[in-house]
Amino acid sequence: MTLNRRKFIAVGTAAAATLSAPALLADGHGKPRVVVIGGGSGGATAARYIARDNKGEIDVTLVEPTRSYFTCYFSNLYIGGFTDLEDISHTYGTLAAKYGINVVHDWAVDVDRDSKTVSLAGGAVLPYDKLILSPGIDFVEDAVPGWSVTEQNKMPHAYKAGSQSELLKAQIMAMPEGGRFAMVAPPNPYRCPPGPYERISMVAHVLSQVNPTAKILVADPKPKFSKQALFEEGWQRHYSGMIERIGPDFGGENVSVDPEAMTIDIDGMVEQVDVCNVIPAQKAGRIADMAGVTEGNWAPVNAADMSSKMDPDVHVLGDAAAQGDMPKSGFAANSQAKVCAMAVRGALTGSKVFPAKFTNTCWSLIAEDDGVKVGATYEATEEKIAKVDGFISQTGEDAATRKATYEESVGWYSGITTDMFS
Amino acid sequence: MRPLLPALTLAALIVAGGTRADLIGDAEKGARHFNACTGCHEVGNGAEDRIGPHLNSLFGRRAAAHEGYRYSASMERAGIDGLTWTLETLDAYIANPRALVSKTRMSYRGLKDDQARADLLAFLRQFSDNPANIPEAAPTAIGTDHSVAPEILAIQGDPDYGEYLSSECVSCHRADGSAEGIPSITRWPEQDFVVAMHAYKEKLRPHPVMQMMAGRLSNEEIAALAAYFKDLE
Ligand SMILES: Cc1cc2nc3c(=O)[nH]c(=O)nc-3n(C[C@H](O)[C@H](O)[C@H](O)COP(=O)(O)OP(=O)(O)OC[C@H]3O[C@@H](n4cnc5c(N)ncnc54)[C@H](O)[C@@H]3O)c2cc1C
Repeated sequence: MTLNRRKFIAVGTAAAATLSAPALLADGHGKPRVVVIGGGSGGATAARYIARDNKGEIDVTLVEPTRSYFTCYFSNLYIGGFTDLEDISHTYGTLAAKYGINVVHDWAVDVDRDSKTVSLAGGAVLPYDKLILSPGIDFVEDAVPGWSVTEQNKMPHAYKAGSQSELLKAQIMAMPEGGRFAMVAPPNPYRCPPGPYERISMVAHVLSQVNPTAKILVADPKPKFSKQALFEEGWQRHYSGMIERIGPDFGGENVSVDPEAMTIDIDGMVEQVDVCNVIPAQKAGRIADMAGVTEGNWAPVNAADMSSKMDPDVHVLGDAAAQGDMPKSGFAANSQAKVCAMAVRGALTGSKVFPAKFTNTCWSLIAEDDGVKVGATYEATEEKIAKVDGFISQTGEDAATRKATYEESVGWYSGITTDMFS
Repeated sequence: MRPLLPALTLAALIVAGGTRADLIGDAEKGARHFNACTGCHEVGNGAEDRIGPHLNSLFGRRAAAHEGYRYSASMERAGIDGLTWTLETLDAYIANPRALVSKTRMSYRGLKDDQARADLLAFLRQFSDNPANIPEAAPTAIGTDHSVAPEILAIQGDPDYGEYLSSECVSCHRADGSAEGIPSITRWPEQDFVVAMHAYKEKLRPHPVMQMMAGRLSNEEIAALAAYFKDLE
């Protein structure tokens, strides 16, 4: 195919924009610069893929405040006693040493899209040609009356892993005999659709060993949840009589808490509890808001390259993005990051760009060796990332299948974290 | 700048070009097609069963599984066999209801226009679960095309070959056409037979045994069986 520049521009403005970028960059300031905010599932993957595949052609800076990233995936298994906290912690040394990524441990506190700069809490200002935001989630204020982040030590969310996971586990282990654990489950959409229910399973698992007369109460605003039939079958089989879930038909959406008194009020019924795990409604990590790329709680993106619908030079990945049909998961963030990395490299250096394809699989552990999974494949459409195919574990599967599924998840964990941090 | 252009051109064209998947169809147009269904079906907020069942949460549901509605025996059987309403099965059902469920009570000739069907399904899809929240919920974009190509329907079946092949069918299906526990397959219009067998072959119709049997039949063999069974007395 031979196209001259004039014909080429006539193809469309999207194509033209892609063309003009490298010319500008080359003229302006030598190497193109990519700044990635957030070194979690999406950000670490994107930084790694861009740096790895360019061998120094692009300057990649990764901004991440924490020195150890604790994955939320397998943090429920830590609560259940199936893994240690150290085993779900990852550091950034390899990204710096092996791929030459400039890892800056600081908070991004502002984004100026006109001057194309990011300001850090420490005072530095980073210019970018392409900005990638993968800041994960923050909580919607006043989503659960009585609760705020200042109360997260009394009533932990443990929905960002690390110290919160450790705290929640310690509280569970300290429950009095026959005590009560309560969870306030979040409304849609939130990170990891099966996450709260895997957590219930893991709490039940550990309590059935150390405190078998304890009870679990779940207040849930949603009529339905992911893998519901699988979880309910498993709860019946492994933890019969221990778990009570109150859905919206019985007031599960009308909940407030009192962290001082350790009570939870479900539609006027006040319960005294020993541990209260509040998982509030969620929104994109605050920096997405500051960058002005959100609409409501999330940042809308184009499916083909994860670019913001408000700015072609800003990409948003993972939980923060409103992209369509993919659940907010680490697997999804990793998958989106690769599509984004390919598009960013294409735009900055002219490397090949193939049609976007996305996949996701979410494994959950219900009890020892009782693993289940749900997965799907997705493609980019004009409007959104759309689901095209999928599968889910079946109820009544035999023990060997479930054990194999669990073992598969352990393999996945090591694979995906290698794909992000090694 | 110059040497960069060819690579960029290709890259940009791939991104900008028609390589993206398509949504099921145009939901707004589908809403208009749904007017033809409203005599029997309701969908949306407060929808209730009428002559036909309401269609909320339809995608991903087993056939005949919606409680409180009385389905035909044929639809009940399909549900027991495992027919689940997906993009593919609904598409096949709306295209020709009896290809999928032989004695369905839905008295509808079928919507033959592929685009109209896609639009209608896009409209209906909005009233079922969202995969972002429930990942196992039904797809919202078209995967592969499962319709039986006209070339396949046009294959002339050889009834003699069909007779030979039928020997393994009649181990279960009675050659005399009686149907007890296992449905009859004799004296079917040829096309219906072909469409049904391909629906098994493509795993649109449920039932593991039939999927397995049809799965190893070639197009010619299916045509031959159809030609044989249509005239079986
Ligand atoms: C209990 C639980 C279980 C889960 N289980 C699974 C599972 O089994 N499988 C799965 O695929 N997913 C799972 N998930 C979901 C998964 O953890 C998230 O979807 C995934 O981490 C999202 O990636 P992300 O890049 O969007 O955000 P994150 O991984 O949260 O990364 C965001 C990063 O951005 C940083 N950041 C935020 N703001 C700033 C700022 N202003 N400046 C600099 N840095 C900033 C944060 O420090 C953080 O490191 C689970 C989640 C939970 C809570």
